[in-house]
Amino acid sequence: MLSALLVMAAIAVVLGAVLGFAAIKFHTEGNPLVDNIDAILPQTQCGQCSYPGCKPYATAIAAGEADINRCPPGGVEGIQKLADLLGVEFKPFGNDTAAPKPKSVAYIDESTCIGCTLCIQACPVDAIVGAAKQMHTIIAAECTGCELCVAPCPVDCISMPVIEEKISNWKWKYPVYDLNVTAATQTAKTGMPH
Amino acid sequence: MRKLYRFHGGIHPPSNKTQSTQTPIEQVPLPGKLIVPLQQHAGEIAKPVVQIGDRVLKGQLIGMPDGFVSSAVHAPTSGTIDAIDMQLIAHPSGLPNLCATLIPDGKDEWGVREPVDFRSHNPAELQHLLRMAGVVGLGGAVFPSDIKLRTGKQKITTLILNGAECEPYISCDDMLMRERAAQIIEGAEMLRFMLDANEVLIGVEDNKPQAIAALQHAISELGADDQEYNCHEVVAIPTIYPGGSAKQLIRVLTGLEVPSGKLPTDIGVQSFNVATAYTVYRALAHGEPVLSRIVTIAGNVRRPQNYEVLIGTPIDALLALSELLPDTDRYIMGGPMMGMPLPGVHVPAVKATNCVIAASPFLFPPAPPAMPCIRCTRCVEVCPVDLQPQDLFWFAQSREFGRAQLFNLFDCIECGACSYVCPSHIPLVQYYRFAKSEIRAREQDKNLADQARERHDYREYRVEREKREKAEKLAAREKAALAAKTGSQPPLTAGQKAEQAGIEASRAHILAVAQSEVGQPEAGQPEIGQTDAGVPK
Repeated sequence: MLSALLVMAAIAVVLGAVLGFAAIKFHTEGNPLVDNIDAILPQTQCGQCSYPGCKPYATAIAAGEADINRCPPGGVEGIQKLADLLGVEFKPFGNDTAAPKPKSVAYIDESTCIGCTLCIQACPVDAIVGAAKQMHTIIAAECTGCELCVAPCPVDCISMPVIEEKISNWKWKYPVYDLNVTAATQTAKTGMPH
Repeated sequence: MRKLYRFHGGIHPPSNKTQSTQTPIEQVPLPGKLIVPLQQHAGEIAKPVVQIGDRVLKGQLIGMPDGFVSSAVHAPTSGTIDAIDMQLIAHPSGLPNLCATLIPDGKDEWGVREPVDFRSHNPAELQHLLRMAGVVGLGGAVFPSDIKLRTGKQKITTLILNGAECEPYISCDDMLMRERAAQIIEGAEMLRFMLDANEVLIGVEDNKPQAIAALQHAISELGADDQEYNCHEVVAIPTIYPGGSAKQLIRVLTGLEVPSGKLPTDIGVQSFNVATAYTVYRALAHGEPVLSRIVTIAGNVRRPQNYEVLIGTPIDALLALSELLPDTDRYIMGGPMMGMPLPGVHVPAVKATNCVIAASPFLFPPAPPAMPCIRCTRCVEVCPVDLQPQDLFWFAQSREFGRAQLFNLFDCIECGACSYVCPSHIPLVQYYRFAKSEIRAREQDKNLADQARERHDYREYRVEREKREKAEKLAAREKAALAAKTGSQPPLTAGQKAEQAGIEASRAHILAVAQSEVGQPEAGQPEIGQTDAGVPK
């Protein structure tokens, strides 16, 4: 009887030690779900989701406080990915979120700029260079197109032109053809071998 | 007799090559205008180094390579730069790209040409010369050749020269091999020297007996003078489409298979097109950059023919020479299997232009309507890369790009054999191209997002740090002010008191001296004020 109790106690102690060791060894800092959600979000840091950036929105989603359909730059595909990750139903954009727009990049009209630095302070990714009373300019390659610089500009010199299709960013289109002969001629015209 | 191997699948489309091989290569008369695109190679666009109005000589650099994967662009003849602007070029998008327009002066006056003896240079120097001579793969992919010559740790045993030319209608390499075999072989020897390869295998499909004979003759002639040419061998390979694809040709000649996601150099093989070897020879032995290439004009023309064409020659000039027939409805650059439609006939011939086919409804009847996939797997039977085209089609159609990648979408060489045999006439390759470019775009977006995240995080950190530093400074100042106001000091020991007294005494002395010094400039101040007032503001 006593030996059985001792054996059970010994097993309990050993297992407890293993669990305790594992808890320390495999301890994860923060919530990994937040990082996984953040990896899906487009990192425009635009705040259209009503949170002050992508990470806060990811944190809110992970905490179950925010819906997955609040990120217009992520588009429908972003919602789909979030739904897959979280194992929830796909949800179309609500009426209170802006509609997804084609990607754009900020452009400063340098002849109008008065060098007030307000846009520099607003830019979430430090994509604007300039100093007080010096003309400012956008580093186009770093601009996420968040539009946060547009509102603070006192002289309205920032515009958001849509990124044009060029040879360098051109993509093959989804093949479109109807199941009838006239459209099939079109398909042939796009150069497909037959 | 060398043992040859087989690759999986393949098809036998009608070759239609004999029409354009009846007469020798013809020189095209100098056109009135040359449009030279600054991007005729895979990689980064070349940077223009000439100005509008500049007079340039034949072979003068007009586009400087810009970036690691890039190549040079040269003036194909002497003349004046008329414009550097966006012009329509041969690209599947139909979008314009930066081009330099050259008005020839008719003198065809050469700039400086510096032939080199390749054996007295090291491979790195020769690679740089090739880069500056604009030597790129002329088989159609136009990948800069100097990069293909940079070998890693793996020793290159076999250099393969690709003269297979498997696509129907195209005969430019065939004619080049027939007429300039010796120069091709000399170029091959230069490439072999740079790669330090043990042997050179020249793979030519057995439907080009004259080209094979010409190459063999050239090797025996060159080999009589120079032992180095004894490792060159012409190998006739069976005519199966796409036997001219680099990986398939390597398989046929060596039996080696290039693993998925690897390069031929990883298995000790490198391959170049025969026309590329020819330009290597011209670049090193004559100091001539790539200014022209052989172009086949075929299809719906009265006189199918191969021409030696200056880069930048408008394609309509070539079609006119071949006497275009009236019912032509579209134009294809490249072959009928992998070629692309031209956005217009005014686009210039470039380094990638191996062939232009005039198409008519009679030659290329409209494709029958596409029907649903019935999973007959005929595409699997012909796929030269052993893929599952019907599955890739399914994933591309439903935009399941992750799964398409799992099924090795990126190993697809877009040869079009699957589309050729598809009984449902589905434009399969279009789906694969769509899926590939979507995947590439997503990867790029992901990289940009990661970059934005990093910059945003750093900015947050910086803003936080600035706030903290400000607060700390403020707190320090407040503390100092508070200490000065109350004057409360902790009780002192006797020694400290004595020390303190000494410090106090010296401080009082310093203060007295300072005050007397400050008094003097104060007296002088009104004078400064007066002079200031005298200066007009």
